[in-house]
Amino acid sequence: MSQAFIRVQRTDMLFPTRQGWFHALRDIDLDIAQGEFVTLIGHSGCGKSTLLNLIAGLITPTGGALLCDGREIAGPGPDRAVVFQNHSLLPWLTCFDNVLLAVESVFGGREPRSRLMARTEEALQLVGMGHAMAKRPHEISGGMKQRVGIARALAMAPKVLLMDEPFGALDALTRAHLQDELLKIVAATRSTVVMVTHDVDEAVLLSDRIVMMTNGPAATIGEILPVALPRPRDRVALAEDPAYVHARKAVIDFLYTRHRHAEAASA
Amino acid sequence: MRASLWMRLLPPVLGLGLLWLVWFVATLKGGPFPTPGQTWQAAVQLFSDPFYRNGPNDQGIGWNVLNSLQRVGLGFGLAALVGIPLGFVIGRFEFASRMLSPLISLLKPVSPLAWLPIGLLVFKSANPAAIWTIFICSIWPMVVNTAVGVQRVPRDYLNVARVLRLSEWKLVTRILFPAVLPYLLTGVRLSVGTAWLVIVAAEMLTGGVGIGFWVWDEWNNLNVRHILIAIFVIGLVGLLLEAALMALARRFSFDD
Repeated sequence: MSQAFIRVQRTDMLFPTRQGWFHALRDIDLDIAQGEFVTLIGHSGCGKSTLLNLIAGLITPTGGALLCDGREIAGPGPDRAVVFQNHSLLPWLTCFDNVLLAVESVFGGREPRSRLMARTEEALQLVGMGHAMAKRPHEISGGMKQRVGIARALAMAPKVLLMDEPFGALDALTRAHLQDELLKIVAATRSTVVMVTHDVDEAVLLSDRIVMMTNGPAATIGEILPVALPRPRDRVALAEDPAYVHARKAVIDFLYTRHRHAEAASA
Repeated sequence: MRASLWMRLLPPVLGLGLLWLVWFVATLKGGPFPTPGQTWQAAVQLFSDPFYRNGPNDQGIGWNVLNSLQRVGLGFGLAALVGIPLGFVIGRFEFASRMLSPLISLLKPVSPLAWLPIGLLVFKSANPAAIWTIFICSIWPMVVNTAVGVQRVPRDYLNVARVLRLSEWKLVTRILFPAVLPYLLTGVRLSVGTAWLVIVAAEMLTGGVGIGFWVWDEWNNLNVRHILIAIFVIGLVGLLLEAALMALARRFSFDD
């Protein structure tokens, strides 16, 4: 594999709780190359969001180290933009101002105001939200909010795009539509993406590699599946592609045969 | 539309009518309590010239109300100036919260009037003492509500701020302040309500021109009609303050 852009080295994560320490992640080793699209998949509670938050720098590991572009990840920063699960747009700002806030914080000191506005507009146009720039988040649908959330992240021109179940709260049709658009955007911007998901089809369709996680507590990486499907990918054509079906089967085997969710297994 | 308007107007009108009826029946036999008609006449006379001035102790009802409002405004304004930033500090810093919460819990339930002698002692004058009393009674709801608001700012918004590496100034103006504003305005509303309650009692004790002292003065004159009018006026002003602040709060509220 080529030069690793993100390195996660022997990382452990424990959270203090009232009943003592909770061991969330154990011994995580993962290298991600520049321009790679990696999804983290696993049952709920397997710590996949925790791993994403570690890469984002929102939490610091109790053991091990994380590197991004050769530097230790010591905290959150605009080079690792996060698309939050519940969009997290500020309800008192318009879509435009939500994105502009991000643009200002990255390029504010270096570029004239007109350029900042142009960047904001570009990002919103890219996700197809040019028509709703003056609207507030409560005036647009869930799918549109998530688009603006993606625009906010992309507008920061990040080295890495971190997405925490970005389409989890959307209906199946909207989700498929946004997945297709994300594929186009990522192809155009050549972004490095780490995405948390629990949707097998989403993982296979989007990823270069799928990181499958074992169940918690003390979850770790169970297996990494490379998805060698050519790009651009078309969901309709792929549906019967043997390589696609094979990858899908491998993930389902891992999740439902070898690592059934504890609650499901006992039920 | 017509029916709904009718249904909106009818119940309050009936309620007021009921009050008038009970009052009317209760005063049928005469006695020291004035009838609704007598009170109405006195009110018409009083409001025909609300802004007269016959020396320091005999001024129109308008001046009395305005003087009370001025004291409330000053005391409340100072309380907002101190209380809102204090609330932000308590909400934002765990240490400050732990340090000041016991003090606030201890002082909050104290009747504001208990602070009046302290004010008289320190300021050696009635008017600043009354303003001090308003200050101390209206500061707590603002401190507490602002602090709670800051503590309840959704974690996601703070994570956004961290990922964007917003400066503390931008964090306060773009995220904390808008998020806290609805809580803050609730605090303001409670504060103004309490202040308006307390000013009447404080003025009874401190004297001077003001609606509270006016009530006490009219009691000494045994002019019960004016006392009743004062009660209505106090209620009405309180209602208007509340309505104005509700409108303000609606203006600044937001949906997720």
